[in-house]
Amino acid sequence: MTMKVGTRQVDGVTIVDASGRITLGEGSVILRDTVRDLLSKGNKKIVLNLADVNYIDSSGIGELVSAFTTTKNQGGELKLLNLTKKVNDLLQITKLYTVFDVKDDEASAVKSFK
Amino acid sequence: MAMTEQRVSYTLDSSLETIDNAEEKATRIATELGFGDDEVMQISMAVREGAVNAVLHGNAYAPDKKITLAFERTGSELVITIRDQGKGMDLSKIPNPLAPENLLKTSGRGIFLMRSFMDVVEIRPSSTGTELKLIKHVHGPTAGGKEASQ
Repeated sequence: MTMKVGTRQVDGVTIVDASGRITLGEGSVILRDTVRDLLSKGNKKIVLNLADVNYIDSSGIGELVSAFTTTKNQGGELKLLNLTKKVNDLLQITKLYTVFDVKDDEASAVKSFK
Repeated sequence: MAMTEQRVSYTLDSSLETIDNAEEKATRIATELGFGDDEVMQISMAVREGAVNAVLHGNAYAPDKKITLAFERTGSELVITIRDQGKGMDLSKIPNPLAPENLLKTSGRGIFLMRSFMDVVEIRPSSTGTELKLIKHVHGPTAGGKEASQ
């Protein structure tokens, strides 16, 4: 299953609902293009909802890092929401869990933006 | 494709499709060998990362260069070998992705993930290509009685 994304606005925060696989190739490109498009339109409060992302490889991890740093460098914030166990484990062993702001509840994720 | 009773090997193009193909084969064979869901995921992800390195960094997508992928079931382990025809690699230049200065790098985690997921990871670079060997020990009673099939 390739990656799909949908975006919606909640109280000034953009929720990106992603599903499928974030892997080398199409999945990584879709994520990159989505975040760049949001930032170019001034949407700098971003929550990446990964509830339906069942697989991420090292390229996908790299894209998450890239999305995080690109957003931060433009004065925004990108947070992760609803990690599956597989993705959570990957972020733990790569020590990225401490880098990302990870939430497990959408309402509190939205409220956490300054 | 060449196959014996306990060994199956494939010759694959240096393409993105090969990476997905290698992962799918690993998933199927590990499942048939009786590995649990978590171990199947670990094996398939390690193979995917190995295939990524072979296609991108080894053969650099060169259409005239091939990847060979082999799965071998020995008495107590699954041995997976991935060979490319690239220029080899300098293992001393592979950074530690867990070092604070590397945490926010967007690449360089493939070999680390392979080492995290497999029991043994051997990398043998040479001027005519790199050979990667991934070994997973068979655990539990259900993993011992089956062989890879097509």
